[in-house]
Order: sequence, then structure tokens, then C-alpha cells
Amino acid sequence: MQHDFYLAWRYLRHHRTRTFILIACLSLLATLPLALHEMLDEGETQMTARAESTPLLLGSKGSALDLTLNALYFNPTIQTRITMAEVDRIAETGWADPLPVYVRFRVQNHPLVGVTLDYFDFRRLSIAHGSMMAMLGECVLGSDAAEALGIKPGNSLLTTPENLFDLSGAYPLKLHVAGVLAKSHTPDDQAVLIDLQTAWVIEGLGHGHSEGKKPEQISGLPFGQADANLVHDAKLVTYSEITPENLESFHFHGNPSTYPISAVIVLPHDRKSSTLLKGRYLDNEEKVQLVQPLESIQGLMKNIFRVGVLFDAVLVLVGSAMLLALGLVFALSLRLRQRELQTIFLLGCSKTKVLRLVAAEILLLGLASSAVCLALVELIHFYVGGLVRQFIMP
Amino acid sequence: MIAVDLLRFSYSKLGFSLNIDEFKIESGEKVAIIGPSGVGKTTLLKIIAGIIRPNFGEIQVDGVGLHQLDDQARRNFRITRIGFVFQELELLDYLNVFDNIIHTYRINPVLDLDYSVRERAHRLADEVGLGNKLARMPDALSQGERQRAAVCRALLPNPRLILADEATGNLDPANKSHILDLLFQSADKGNASLLAVTHDHELLPRFDRVVDFRSLLDIQHIPPISEEYRANVLTRHC
Repeated sequence: MQHDFYLAWRYLRHHRTRTFILIACLSLLATLPLALHEMLDEGETQMTARAESTPLLLGSKGSALDLTLNALYFNPTIQTRITMAEVDRIAETGWADPLPVYVRFRVQNHPLVGVTLDYFDFRRLSIAHGSMMAMLGECVLGSDAAEALGIKPGNSLLTTPENLFDLSGAYPLKLHVAGVLAKSHTPDDQAVLIDLQTAWVIEGLGHGHSEGKKPEQISGLPFGQADANLVHDAKLVTYSEITPENLESFHFHGNPSTYPISAVIVLPHDRKSSTLLKGRYLDNEEKVQLVQPLESIQGLMKNIFRVGVLFDAVLVLVGSAMLLALGLVFALSLRLRQRELQTIFLLGCSKTKVLRLVAAEILLLGLASSAVCLALVELIHFYVGGLVRQFIMP
Repeated sequence: MIAVDLLRFSYSKLGFSLNIDEFKIESGEKVAIIGPSGVGKTTLLKIIAGIIRPNFGEIQVDGVGLHQLDDQARRNFRITRIGFVFQELELLDYLNVFDNIIHTYRINPVLDLDYSVRERAHRLADEVGLGNKLARMPDALSQGERQRAAVCRALLPNPRLILADEATGNLDPANKSHILDLLFQSADKGNASLLAVTHDHELLPRFDRVVDFRSLLDIQHIPPISEEYRANVLTRHC
């Protein structure tokens, strides 16, 4: 037996390229389904964990899944809007604490998420570098976003205009990076988090500009002479950066209860409160919906697993084809080895021994492929969290 | 050492047949077989080595009736008692010289690869001038060196009978002589018999006996002999 493996090893070692190709094919064949299932399992775990930690979600009526993806995973393609009045409405019930979330803008492909400071406590997000945002115009970055953008506390970040040709739309605002969050292995790692009010400034609902002039300072203007009246001329400077010096000039227009948010994370005080709240929003006349993110995500996961089963079927077919091809390669290589096999047969080797030598080669190839497969699976296991966040998470 | 009686063998598909009524070699005798290609010299060697089983007849080698043994027993007999050197039986390209020499010990459990065998392999390699080339792969050797390695492989089990099938066929005169020296020395050392098929008529005087293969055969089966062969070989050595 020892001699069989020695001879097989020497043969495989001598024909390195062929051996390498066979091992690569076999190990990939074994790794692909394992990796796919590892990623699907991790995806389910991550998505379910995020949804599980969010008891209820309030948002505009429509797809519960869209709402969940937007509020929990900052999916930018889904635009749901409600107003701050819904936050007040939840708070007034006394059954739950509302956490407004506004996901609309993006900064260099990272979601710009407007939240209140309570959001950080709720998600147990802590500052790794720098400090928590304390002033209008400041932001904190998720660890992955900071790494990808190469930004540290003290740096600044310019928001991306939504549409270059929309003159009345959101203008870029220079954000000051106050801190970077510790890694949480959640979508928060990819986000740039700002205060809700900063989000509204970007939205254009609040702004700061140079001081206006009193009417008496301007001659020939058709305005009254009341002290409260201010007049702005064409040279009015609108600030695109919020600094301690111009902070006082920033102000908001309109009724704050009409300001937009995309969702409200609702944290019921107890089970009864949760049930009461759900009942309250069952009315068909309601323009908003209260959903359980876990239910939405479980529905999504069912679909993903259906796709997973399809992948498995495809992999079985592809794997079978690859095994047949490998069998053909092996059969052809045996044919090429006829002279060698004839030599050892003439030297005194039995046909059984020849079969044992070939079997030893196959076994060694199998062992090497298994080792490579295990190493790859271990590698994927190590990086699966990041891979899932990169490729599977919405 | 070898006694062949009433041997009958045929490849029915090829229309080839080999009929030898009697052929004997004494212990320690060195015999050369000559004859034109295709008449069955290699077949006879393979029958004597137990590689091929005859259709009929008795084959006694070193006192053992090969015709009575099954495949496994003949294989075991061959690997322990017979050293076979083939003209074109190349070394295995994936084994180095040393592993090629001891290869028979790895492919048949009847031979035990122990320290003494390895020692003997080293000694044999030294004797044929390959002592410092044992780690080389066959493609790094000359044709003569490869054939010397193949001879070492055949001689390693201390065979009682050495069969050489045109073992010097592709070699230059110096290497031919060297290989033959090796075979003769080894045969002398172990009082082994040597039966060699050869076309190298310049080597024939060194053998105890030269046998014209055609003389062994039933004349009805023999193709006509060429004048060139008669002039160059038969007239000089038979």
C-alpha cells in the first residue's frame, strides 16, 4: 500500500500541470455548492438578525418588503416617504418609542442615512475613532464606508447632487466627519450617518445664508418698514458648508411635522402595546402601514432559497458534466500511459496492482482536492460575512 | 536451467505460430539467439519468462515447470528468479534512476524492499557508473546510461536466469560492450544463465553458444532467409 501511494505521488508530482488542473477542477467542483450554501446560510442569519432586532416598522403603504429593505438595509432604489407627523403620532400613543429614519441620498455610492442619536443606542453602534456628531452638518461613518472612502475624523465629505440638471433639487453639502463607528457587521458599516436635520438641509428644507438688509438700508424698495422685514439682494450667499461661524444662520422653513422621513422604527414597550399598535394601523383608510420586518425578510428568504435550490440543480448538472470530462481526461491519460503500464506489467506487476496504482492516484487527487476544498471553504467561512454584505445583502 | 519440450504457441489472429521441439540451456551457460526479425525470438523469451503461456508443451526453468503455474505464480517466479532486459523497455519517466532500479520491489509484494536491497542497488549503480546519478530523472541521462539503469533493475533481485532481448540494440559500440560486460559479470557472479537475443554479430564470440533460431523451428514455418543475413551472421558464427 505504501509503495502504491509512493509511486502514485511520484507520478502526480512529475506531471504537475495535469495534476494541478485536475485538483483545481475537483476542488472547485466540491467547493462551489458548499460555498453557495455557506453564503446563503450566512445571508439568512444576517438578514434575519437585522430584522429580528427591529420589532416594527412604519412607512408608506405599499410593499412591506420594500419598506423593510429601505429602512433596515438602506436600499436606495426604493423611495418611501412619510412625514414627521407619523413620529409624533406614535409618540402620542405612549405605547412605543419612534426612531425616524430618512434614507434618500447617497455619498459616493454609500447610503446617507438621516437618524436621531437614539438610533445609535438602539443599534448599539459605538464610536471607534473621533466623536459622535454634535453639530448640524456633521456625520459619522460606518467602518466599511470610512475604509472605502479613505476618510478619517476631521476630514470632510461632499454629498452627491441627485440630479445635475435639477436646479431646484438637493444641492451638495460639505459634511464634517466627526467620527467612525466600530465595525458592527451590519449595513450600518456601509452607511454615512447624519442627523435628521442635516438630511433636511441637504433636502433643501433648511439652509443658511448671509444676513439680509433692513429695508431702510435699501432705497426704492416696495416693502413695508416693519423691523422684522429683511430684504435679500441678488448677491445673497447660501452656505454649502455648516461651520460654527455660520451655524446660527441655518434655519428651516415650513411646519416640521411635514418634513419627510422614509420610515419609523417602532419600539413597542411591551407585547400588548405592539398588538394595539398593529391594530391601529390595520385600517384601510390609513396612508401608512405598520409591518413586522421579520415576516417580510422571511418571505424574501423563501424566494432566495428557491433560487438556491435552482442553483443546486444547475450545479449538479454542471458537476456531472465536469466529472464526465475529468473521467474522459483520466481515461485518455491511461491510454497515453499504455507503454508505461505495459512496462510495469512485463516487469512483474499484476493487473490488480496496476488498478491499485491508478486507484492510489485517484485517492491522492481526491485527498488533495478535499484539502484545497476545505481550505477554500475555511477561507469563505472567514470572509463570508463580508462577502454576504457585498453580494447578497440588499 | 532451461528445458523446452514440444512447445506449441500461436497468435491465431496474426497467423503466427511457434513450434519448438526441444531447446535446452545448462546452468551458468551464456547463449546468444540469432535470427531474422519476426520469427519468434522475443516470443520464446517471453514464454521462458512466463509472460506468455504456450498452447502446448513443457517449459522447465530452474527446475520449475512454468507450464503448470497460474498467472500469479509465473509472475512471482519471474520477478524473483529472472532478470529481463528489454531493448525498448524504457525507464519510467516519473521516477529517478534509483527508484527505477528498485521499481520491481515496489510493484510486487513477493520482493521485500529492505535496507540490504537499497544497499545492493547503490552498489550495482556504482558498478555501472551511475552512482552519482541516482537522483537524476531518466530524461537527464544518455541512452547508454538509461540502458545501464535498466540492466541494474533486471539484475537487482540476483536472478538465476538473465534474459536479454536485444539489450544492446540502440547503443554505440562502447556502450554495447559495457552492457554485455555487466550482464556477463553478473551471470558469472551468481552462476546465472544468460540467454540473449541479439543482432550484434560482433558480440557473438563472447557467448558460450550461439543458436540460430531457425534451427529450432519446424522448417515448414520458417520464412526464407536473406542472403545478406546468411553472409553476415550465420556463416561467421554458427
